[in-house]
Amino acid sequence: MHLPAMPAARRAGFTALLALAAGISLTFLALPVVALFTQAPLGRLPELLSDPVLQEILSVTVKTNLIANALIILLGTPTAYLLATRHFPGRALLVTVVELPLVLPPAVAGIGLLAAFSTGGLLGAQLQEAGIVIPFTQWAVVLAITFVASPFYVRQAIASFEAVDPRLPDAARTLGAGPARTFLRVSLPLAAGGLVAGWVLAFARGVGEFGATIMFAGNVRGVTQTLTLGIYEQLDANFDLSLAIGVLLVILSAAVLLLYKLISSWRSISTSTSPFRLSRSLPR
Amino acid sequence: MALDLDFDLPLPPFTVSAALTVGAETVALVGPSGAGKTTVLRAVAGLARPGRGRIALDGQPWFDAGTGVSLAPEERSVGLVFQDYALFPHLSVRKNVAFGARSDPARVDELLERLQISHLAREKPTTLSGGERQRVALARALARRPRVLLLDEPLSALDAHTRAEIKVQLRELLDDLALPAIFISHDFRDAVALAHRAAVIVGGKIRQVGPVESLASRPTDAFVAALTGNNVLRSIATPNGAGSTLTLEDGQQLRVPARAGGPVGLVIAPGDVRVLADPPAGERPANALRGMVTGLTRLGSRVEARVGSVDVECRAEEPASAALAAGGEAWVQLPAEAITVVPLDGVGAVER
Repeated sequence: MHLPAMPAARRAGFTALLALAAGISLTFLALPVVALFTQAPLGRLPELLSDPVLQEILSVTVKTNLIANALIILLGTPTAYLLATRHFPGRALLVTVVELPLVLPPAVAGIGLLAAFSTGGLLGAQLQEAGIVIPFTQWAVVLAITFVASPFYVRQAIASFEAVDPRLPDAARTLGAGPARTFLRVSLPLAAGGLVAGWVLAFARGVGEFGATIMFAGNVRGVTQTLTLGIYEQLDANFDLSLAIGVLLVILSAAVLLLYKLISSWRSISTSTSPFRLSRSLPR
Repeated sequence: MALDLDFDLPLPPFTVSAALTVGAETVALVGPSGAGKTTVLRAVAGLARPGRGRIALDGQPWFDAGTGVSLAPEERSVGLVFQDYALFPHLSVRKNVAFGARSDPARVDELLERLQISHLAREKPTTLSGGERQRVALARALARRPRVLLLDEPLSALDAHTRAEIKVQLRELLDDLALPAIFISHDFRDAVALAHRAAVIVGGKIRQVGPVESLASRPTDAFVAALTGNNVLRSIATPNGAGSTLTLEDGQQLRVPARAGGPVGLVIAPGDVRVLADPPAGERPANALRGMVTGLTRLGSRVEARVGSVDVECRAEEPASAALAAGGEAWVQLPAEAITVVPLDGVGAVER
């Protein structure tokens, strides 16, 4: 077989061009992270991380994210199951509503939350009557995180429930299980890998939340100041502390990404939904 | 014990209509893929909702469009074996079976034993062979002590060897259970092996119901005739005396005792076609046809071939089988008494 030969020099030139572009983009992407580690006083890291200011910030971050993640999972899972398994008019619209915060600029999310929950806002009168104040409290942090992070979980959860072979819940029903038992014993365990993967992404987005929180909850130390807001505040006061928090978040984010990749590869190996087609073609 | 079905279920592009009474017997629902077979099972199991009609077991309605009764699948007593089995991949064999037999470990043991899968109890379904999966699916479906058993293509996912073995065991099991059982197949031979009666379904409509032997020997239309393994030759019938003359597409003519007119199908089983040892000398014998021999297969003591457009099956020890040589010409005779005449595509008239 004779192929028109590309001159060797031109082939090498093309490869060099690709390598150059890749080199520039990778350097650019890695540079801030590398800078963070080289600029941060790594030797003083233990001392910086035990700073009482940081302790307060950590405590607010952990508390608000725990509650927000619990809300996302407890409300998001049934929502996703409903949207994944029932087909009704307007379903596509509801899915879009669920996904919207994903593309919404965080500042818009913040102003929207204010418009909904502040004293003069959409629910302002009712909340005031009930004696509930949300903006600039810790609950505002929780709501901001829940708002921006939930689509990451719900979207993935819908996909995971949709990926469960529909004959499996059908089989459960014919075996005497009602809808609730079918959900708990069949659909949920089979979608679990995907749910965890979605939750990991939502968690990362929640910890990184900044824009909506600063508008809706403010930046009050010990009340609404989370790690990202802390970096912002310490920028002038204590740059080294900012860098230290940065290092902490890079490590956390990298760990989350790794976890996500591990879960994804584990899921693709175990293919929980339909192993039948896969193995039937294997010689026996 | 009897399961009564009479319902219509609109399912684009057509409506699936089923009217069938199944006693303590096995009924095969046979038809090409896309005929609506699985939909019938799903409706009985409560997984699909008919638009009209009634499904009842021993007179107790499971579904009744008139009164609005529609029991959920878990409230009906059906064991459904899915095509490809739909075993729960995250549960062991034992837990799969136990899913249907809630808090009755003795029942689980009994079924594992009966279906000879006790040694697989701790395995996950992914590690099992097709035949093993099928047993697990059966055990799981039976765990609930269903009063109706439904099997969707129970044999299609198995290799030829396992298939033959499972056929025998499945037949025994079904006979033992003596439940109303419906099983689906696209292959009429499965129906012959497993069922007492068969219903042929195409385009959502049941064309013919009857004992499996009678479907093959007395088909009422060309589709059923072809599905049950018969030759169906297109011909034009002209009434002639007490019977009719059939003119085949290639112009050759045959006489049959049935009175018919217009386009009809000439139906004859390959085994009923007689191969003539020698080309007839002089006058052509009654209902003899001449054709090229193609597709000659000699398998053990059986010889199969196509002569012209007629499929022929005979035994190798018949001296006439020697007349079948690939690429050569041969003569076959279609005995008038073995021929059934059926209407073609709804046109053509056949008196019965």
